[in-house]
Amino acid sequence: MAEGSDGPLPLPYSESELQDALGSEWKALLTQGYRWMLFGRLMDNRFLGLQRQGRIGFYGPATGHEALNVGCALALAPEDWVFPGLREQLLALVRGMNLQGYVHHLFGDGMDPSLGRQMPCHPTAASVGYVSMASTVGTQIVQAAGSGYAQALRGKGGITVAFFGDGATSTSDFHAGMNMASVFNCPVLFICANNQWAISVPVSKQTAVTELAKKAKAYGMPGERIDGTDFVRVLSTLRSARKQLSAGKGPVMVEAVVYRMNPHSSSDDPTRYLPPGYLREARAHDPLARLEALGDRLGLLTPEEKERMRKEIEDEFRKAIAEAEVAPPPSPDSLFRDTLKESVWPLTEERDTFDRDQGGHFP
Amino acid sequence: MSEATDVPKEIMVRGFRLMVLGRTADERGVNLQRQGRIGFYVPMNGQEAAQVGCGLALEEKDWIVPAYREIGVALSRGIPLKTLFDQFYGNSSDVLKGRQMPCHYGYRDYRYVTASSPVGTQIILAAGLAQASVYRGEKVVSVPFFGDGATSSSDFHAGMNFAGVYNLPVLFFCQNNGWAISLPREKQTRSSSLAEKAEAYGFRGVQVDGNDFSAVYKVVRDARAQALAGKGPTLIEAVTFRMGPHSTSDDPTRYRKQETVASWKAKDPIEHLREQLLAKGWITEEGIEQVQEEAKREVQSAIDAAEKAPPPEPTTLFDDVFRDRPKLLEEQRSEFMELLKEGVLRP
Amino acid sequence: MTDITLIQGVNQALKVAMAKDPDVVVLGEDVGVNGGVFRATDGLYKEFGEKRVLDTPLSENGIIGMAIGMALQGLKPVAEIQFMDFIYPAFDQIVSEAAKFRYRSGGEFPAHVVIRTPYGGGIKGGLYHSQSTEQLFTSTPGLKVVIPSTPADAKGLLLSAIFDEDPVIFLEPKRIYRTSTGEVPEGDVRVPFGKARTVKEGADVSVFAYGAMVPQSLQAANVVEKMGIHAEVIDLRTLVPLDVDAIVASVEKTGRAVIVHEAPKFSGFGAELSATISERCLYSLKAPVLRVTGYDTPFPYALENLYLPSVDRIARGIERTASTS
Ligand SMILES: Cc1ncc(C[n+]2csc(CCOP(=O)(O)OP(=O)(O)O)c2C)c(N)n1
Ligand SMILES: Cc1ncc(C[n+]2csc(CCOP(=O)(O)OP(=O)(O)O)c2C)c(N)n1
Ligand SMILES: [Mg+2]
Ligand SMILES: [Mg+2]
Repeated sequence: MAEGSDGPLPLPYSESELQDALGSEWKALLTQGYRWMLFGRLMDNRFLGLQRQGRIGFYGPATGHEALNVGCALALAPEDWVFPGLREQLLALVRGMNLQGYVHHLFGDGMDPSLGRQMPCHPTAASVGYVSMASTVGTQIVQAAGSGYAQALRGKGGITVAFFGDGATSTSDFHAGMNMASVFNCPVLFICANNQWAISVPVSKQTAVTELAKKAKAYGMPGERIDGTDFVRVLSTLRSARKQLSAGKGPVMVEAVVYRMNPHSSSDDPTRYLPPGYLREARAHDPLARLEALGDRLGLLTPEEKERMRKEIEDEFRKAIAEAEVAPPPSPDSLFRDTLKESVWPLTEERDTFDRDQGGHFP
Repeated sequence: MSEATDVPKEIMVRGFRLMVLGRTADERGVNLQRQGRIGFYVPMNGQEAAQVGCGLALEEKDWIVPAYREIGVALSRGIPLKTLFDQFYGNSSDVLKGRQMPCHYGYRDYRYVTASSPVGTQIILAAGLAQASVYRGEKVVSVPFFGDGATSSSDFHAGMNFAGVYNLPVLFFCQNNGWAISLPREKQTRSSSLAEKAEAYGFRGVQVDGNDFSAVYKVVRDARAQALAGKGPTLIEAVTFRMGPHSTSDDPTRYRKQETVASWKAKDPIEHLREQLLAKGWITEEGIEQVQEEAKREVQSAIDAAEKAPPPEPTTLFDDVFRDRPKLLEEQRSEFMELLKEGVLRP
Repeated sequence: MTDITLIQGVNQALKVAMAKDPDVVVLGEDVGVNGGVFRATDGLYKEFGEKRVLDTPLSENGIIGMAIGMALQGLKPVAEIQFMDFIYPAFDQIVSEAAKFRYRSGGEFPAHVVIRTPYGGGIKGGLYHSQSTEQLFTSTPGLKVVIPSTPADAKGLLLSAIFDEDPVIFLEPKRIYRTSTGEVPEGDVRVPFGKARTVKEGADVSVFAYGAMVPQSLQAANVVEKMGIHAEVIDLRTLVPLDVDAIVASVEKTGRAVIVHEAPKFSGFGAELSATISERCLYSLKAPVLRVTGYDTPFPYALENLYLPSVDRIARGIERTASTS
């Protein structure tokens, strides 16, 4: 960063370096990446706003994680699976999760694919290999090992990605997942989105090791630490990691250092704990601004094109929100579905009683 | 090994005596189970140097947080044989009132925390004990004992991490005995050593020949000094070998070759120390014989005493659930006593 | 047909399922080369290889988490937890993950795992090789809880569990692993969930039991028979789903109920049964429902035989219930 300036840290790639890192279609990738990152940024702004207005109940922004989400999505193949941590919704959208369905989910209405059963920002998207997430930190990490094992056993290709935060490295399922995947040589890409905070706990108090990637060594696994706000670095690193994984060379851990530019969630007040200067440093690492500056330097998009993109995206949101706001709430009947494949007593009876008390409308 | 000279004669000789005593007790423990005189036993055969070397390197006030295989540590701490055999018999003299399977013991007076069976749980407890010692200004370390298998447990992860974050005086003492029941060390984890797992938590890890008494002693002394100097925890991997079955319920011929066992026989820790002592002239052949005879006698008298004690009083079943018995439990106890009186229940 | 043991029933079910369906995989501590510490998985490693029979590191959350990930991909994992007492590191994966995946994903991601684990006392296993904590799982919606007491049920229920589509906690009464013997049908013969088994018919008192308490209760019923009390012994077989109809029918017939389990009484599964009986059969009841259970203490070692419901203690309970008017 230039002395005293508040601008983004430059991404100092030359055209030939970009060509080396991303291949011949580097221009298209940067443009595509930029559009999706902008999409993510606008989405966070929009929905955090809706939460503040009381129109949705909760929101978990991923501002600052955009390069990681988008870069990862573009590095993966359709047959890959993703076990998200807390902030990978944008990745699911890039992979093709239906935006309208996601917005229904944020509203928790009857059109939500998970029928309004989870808090906002916990989507499910089987069609794009995006696994339903729990709020419980870390549990997905070990499940990813099993998923990768199954993919390898079936031999039909595909890898599994486990996403998690810096805080999650302290969980037992991190320990188990890393160990299992390594012992059984599972094609799992462990991505630690190290945004340096677990709610109010800085990573320096999360663990005594300074680089989380070093934890991979404890499992005999390669670990690499990268700047997760550098879209180019993210995309090229994850692409080659994926190649290694699909060649059956065993799991890999990538620690992507990012900045959490927004509160932990809509319920959090970071002014209570963020040290002075953090947000300034975060802004210098704003992945969107960094990529935009690179694009500007290379003349990839004109201001008009960028403006048009922004409008298109805002329109998408406007439409989706309008539709969600008139969607009916989940049917009471759905309360009683999906606990087991076939409902059993006493739930069957509880459902009947509920229905009788409500006047008997259930199918 | 020249380093051995650094360990004082007195410690070396004591170590030898304890290792012989430990092995003698251990062999009897297995036999008693085979004869149906006790219900279960977990042998430590082969791990004497690791256990006694570490045990003697600690000070009386240091906290020991053991697993189920640590008779060598228990003896080093000075826990009497009779106390241990009472526990194996689960009799009325057993401090634990016959509540636990053999080899799962603990004694507050000795700062030897009561062991449980779930693998790994003690590791994080040691971090808590250490935190308390630091808070109180006590100059002691806490030492969890665990195996290679336990490094996969979640409490290993938590214990190591917490000790690292709070820079606690904990010596994580891992006896890598090659096996977690039937799972060999290589299949437990892909890390090239267990000691290097410490790097994931930002502190030191050292690997030591666990069959070399003085090497273990020195590594532990050193780690202890560092911990008390505020330099944080150390993970110590003592490489050793479980010569016997996992427990008396286990049949190791199902999963490991006799040759492997035989190759470790050549590295017997007691033999190794014995030769060192003889070479230095710190003990004589007669002295050794005497140590062995004494050990046999001591073990025999502990067994004799334990065998004489009756089983625990039936109503002790209802003690120590809480400090005081709640009403419903009191009721159950009364009913129980009635059933005993009527002969429906027979001790 | 020749008689086999309960644990052989488990073993046969695994072999039949694995031979039939390549998606069935087995994982756990010591289940491979060693064939399981109780030998439930004996021979599987040889027959099906290390890719389908995984000797795992010592990590219960690892085992269950792995199994869930496999299940999400469509495999049918059968995980073994060496003793139920060691299941707790995996509690989070079972309760917050396996049990909730289907519901939380609107049905998109069912996590069908079978978790087999030996449970219960009677082998001098002390606190950590003896517990019965089935109620922790029966009170978690989204899990099925199955407990066989005969070789045929062990095999038939386990086959049903493996080919079910929901997570199943399959509790094996280790005390009767080798003492419960009987004939077992060849091949893939399944025992349906939710159907209790009447072990002995009787008109005077209904005795509800499961697992190792079934043979104990049957013996107790034979004891009281000599006093002229005809007890009906019912093996619940699956706690979730529960065969409520069989329970109600029996209590309506006898008007008296005794519930037997090893787990402590307070908040045990017997409390659920007792509440159900009082909700549905109050007007048929001629005596208070009685529970004969383990005591509300941790599981002891030396005094185990006094802790577990003995034949005499159960008989006394039946007698008392039969004579209350
Ligand atoms: C097991 C568990 N413990 C605590 C919480 C509460 N919690 C939610 S998010 C969070 C911090 C997570 O930090 P990190 O893993 O770094 O992810 P980030 O939020 O920074 O993306 C905590 C403590 C939880 N959800 N689950
Ligand atoms: C949580 C848990 N899982 C499984 C077991 C069963 N078990 C008892 S000891 C053991 C192996 C332990 O190996 P290791 O940690 O190397 O110690 P060692 O027995 O070799 O001393 C296993 C799997 C247990 N006691 N606790
Ligand atoms: Mg974080
Ligand atoms: Mg071991």
